[in-house]
Amino acid sequence: MPEAVAIDIRRYRPEEEAEPHWQRYDVPFRREWMVLDALNYIKDEVDGTLAYRWSCRMGVCGSCGMMVNGQPTLTCATYLESLLPGPIRVEPLRGLPVIRDLVGELSDFLAKLKRVKPWIEREEERPTAAGEYLQTPAEVAAYKQYAMCINCLLCYAACPIYELEPEFLGPAAIALAQRYNLDSRDEGHEERMDVLSTHDGIWACTFVGECSTVCPKNVDPAGAIQRYKLEAALDWAKSVVLPWGRQ
Amino acid sequence: MHSREHDVLVIGGGGAGLRAAIAVVEANPALSVAVVSKVYPMRSHTVSAEGGAAAVIKSDDDLDAHAYDTISGADWLCDQDAVEAFVEEAPHEMLRLEHWGCPWSRTPDGHVGVRAFGGMKIKRTWFAADKTGFHLLHTLFQTSLKYDQIVRYDEWFVTRLLVDGGRCQGVVALEIATGEVHALLAKAVVLATGGGGRVFPFTTNASIKTGDGMGLAYRVDVPLKDMEFVQYHPTGLPFTGILITEAARAEGGWLLNKDGYRYLQDYDLGKPEPEPVLRSMELGPRDRLSQAFVKEVEKGQTIETPHGHVVHLDIRHLGARVIDTKLPFVRELCRKYEHLDPLTELIPVRPVVHYMMGGVDTDTLGATTLPGLYAAGETACVSINGANRLGSNSLTELLVFGARAGKAAAAYAASVRSSTPAARTLAFDEERRLRGMLGRRGGERLSALRTEMQRAMEAGVGIYRDAGGLESAAASIRDLQDRARRASLDDQSLTFNTEIVALLELDNLLDVAETIIYSALARRESRGAHQRTDHPGRDDEHFLAHSLAYRAPDGPPRVQLRPVTITRWPPGERVYGR
Repeated sequence: MPEAVAIDIRRYRPEEEAEPHWQRYDVPFRREWMVLDALNYIKDEVDGTLAYRWSCRMGVCGSCGMMVNGQPTLTCATYLESLLPGPIRVEPLRGLPVIRDLVGELSDFLAKLKRVKPWIEREEERPTAAGEYLQTPAEVAAYKQYAMCINCLLCYAACPIYELEPEFLGPAAIALAQRYNLDSRDEGHEERMDVLSTHDGIWACTFVGECSTVCPKNVDPAGAIQRYKLEAALDWAKSVVLPWGRQ
Repeated sequence: MHSREHDVLVIGGGGAGLRAAIAVVEANPALSVAVVSKVYPMRSHTVSAEGGAAAVIKSDDDLDAHAYDTISGADWLCDQDAVEAFVEEAPHEMLRLEHWGCPWSRTPDGHVGVRAFGGMKIKRTWFAADKTGFHLLHTLFQTSLKYDQIVRYDEWFVTRLLVDGGRCQGVVALEIATGEVHALLAKAVVLATGGGGRVFPFTTNASIKTGDGMGLAYRVDVPLKDMEFVQYHPTGLPFTGILITEAARAEGGWLLNKDGYRYLQDYDLGKPEPEPVLRSMELGPRDRLSQAFVKEVEKGQTIETPHGHVVHLDIRHLGARVIDTKLPFVRELCRKYEHLDPLTELIPVRPVVHYMMGGVDTDTLGATTLPGLYAAGETACVSINGANRLGSNSLTELLVFGARAGKAAAAYAASVRSSTPAARTLAFDEERRLRGMLGRRGGERLSALRTEMQRAMEAGVGIYRDAGGLESAAASIRDLQDRARRASLDDQSLTFNTEIVALLELDNLLDVAETIIYSALARRESRGAHQRTDHPGRDDEHFLAHSLAYRAPDGPPRVQLRPVTITRWPPGERVYGR
């Protein structure tokens, strides 16, 4: 095992410099350290100006996604050891505007998330006195995988379409739309389909599948998008063949 | 300086904050409500809660049973009127969450499933596998998006409460992305910023848990209540402090010492049975289990590792089916962070700082002593948790008291006039203070000060305490407060300056640390999570009372006592396993 490892970080401070540049830090190597631990070492011991986000350090809050050696990565869940011998290159997530250093702008994702109505839509909300909606374990399993999204946006960084078509809703937002569509308590499917079947909804996706490859929670957004396309195509076919079939 | 005005401000976008914001809209859709959070709401620490949320829903259960478990678990230090309101509204709130889409684990017939939990005599803990907090938070966040009345200020850090004319009229906040300072004026403010576990070095708490709401309230002379009660969760992973949920024991996991012996049987917690027994052994309360661990260390019956003494959590006998359906996150965390598979290997664990029973003093509606200021969730102390919180009561508490605080804040906001000019003047003062911090040079690194604080707290204010240890921790904290005022920053940028945020957080942490220590000194008895080796035993005659720490202009806080509210359950012995 090495005693130290070099970390190259893409720095950008808009008040101080016009262009991003690379800065190298040598950090001690420890077997139990994640990439995030190395960043915290730099921040605490070497250079307090380094800016990045982190919080739970257990792979569930979704804050600390970055490009590590070119791959979208949750830095709290990736060992330094897996990246030896280095140097390890750390950059902000691809595809998001950079605010500073390793911090990307999330507002585009949040606007898109709201567009797909990620909540239970019902004609009438049941009073709590009437108890819970029954949902068998199989009915839970139908949507549960898509409910595991931690909004870390690694899938957006991996998606070649999002980079080219900024209007594309993107993998996580579509997976979360599907999460509610497949929930037996929900009645908002039609409304969501209207959002999703526009050009910037699902059709931009060419099924590269990178989103599902990088997802740290096995959400499989690519699968969600494919299901949607199939359904939208069937819907369309129905409306052509049976014009009265879709009210 | 930019200034904006809302009817209600909610500080914090975790479970309590989001529930409060929705409650404001439900109570009065004409009100404008803003959620101000230093992180995007879905990053809030509610996300890390694992095991479940307690509420009476099954026919074999009743509200009094939930109340009794909570009160005895709390070592009688909670207010029983608050507990009664809590258990009564809990099922309603949990059903709201079910209707909003929370993916609760179900029984085969489609009803919500419940699991056992520590200190609970009847199974009443609803769960979404072992990521309950994650699902609860995302359900609330996504549901909040449907209300256009809820405005969000994401990644804004609140630095000060604006108080004039004897009421809270808003906050000053630093917009982290730009470094701009804003006055956010309001008729009512709800604090929902969570706990402050980061005063200690070894904690399950996320890095953002820096006691911000507690510090904000304390500095405007609102008392902090029962701060000496810090919960150690018995099963944290060594080195990282990552939580292994109590659900692992609820499903049948065992705690073993170095000889493979279920040592809890030696600590008046019952006899070992092959199947889990409610309110017994591994399903005892967290305070008792963490204290038993310390005794095992003293007896030399634990295992030494590079990251301290550990015992073993054994879930191998539960088998792959139970582990993969009910504890998948436990398996994922062990594999990722310990390089082991709990299906075939023992999990090393040790007690870890997890939760603060204390917090901003509120009544049962979430109102603090300052008109216009409310608090809910871990930031607040209502109190239902007393000297020891039961696992799975805190997520439910977020919902019940988040909703109550939101409703009360909405009613108050409709009854008062807009902010006064003096409140705006205060905001300018605060802007000047923040600008002054940026220029500081030549002082110590803030990370060094933070580490020193954490070490002092661990050394003097751990599971067992005495006057000498507490006094020396107090001296360290006072010294650190002086040095923190001179600490310097490497980072002089306005854009996304996380270092200035960390320095402001350090102020909050030091305030929280100070109140923990002085409240612990004042409580010369042992109760629940507060164990004084120099004052063993519970002393109901003198200390069946909340401690209230008030900031003093110079010197340490003033600590006063206030009797607890007893309704139907007179103080008794806490009995587990017999």
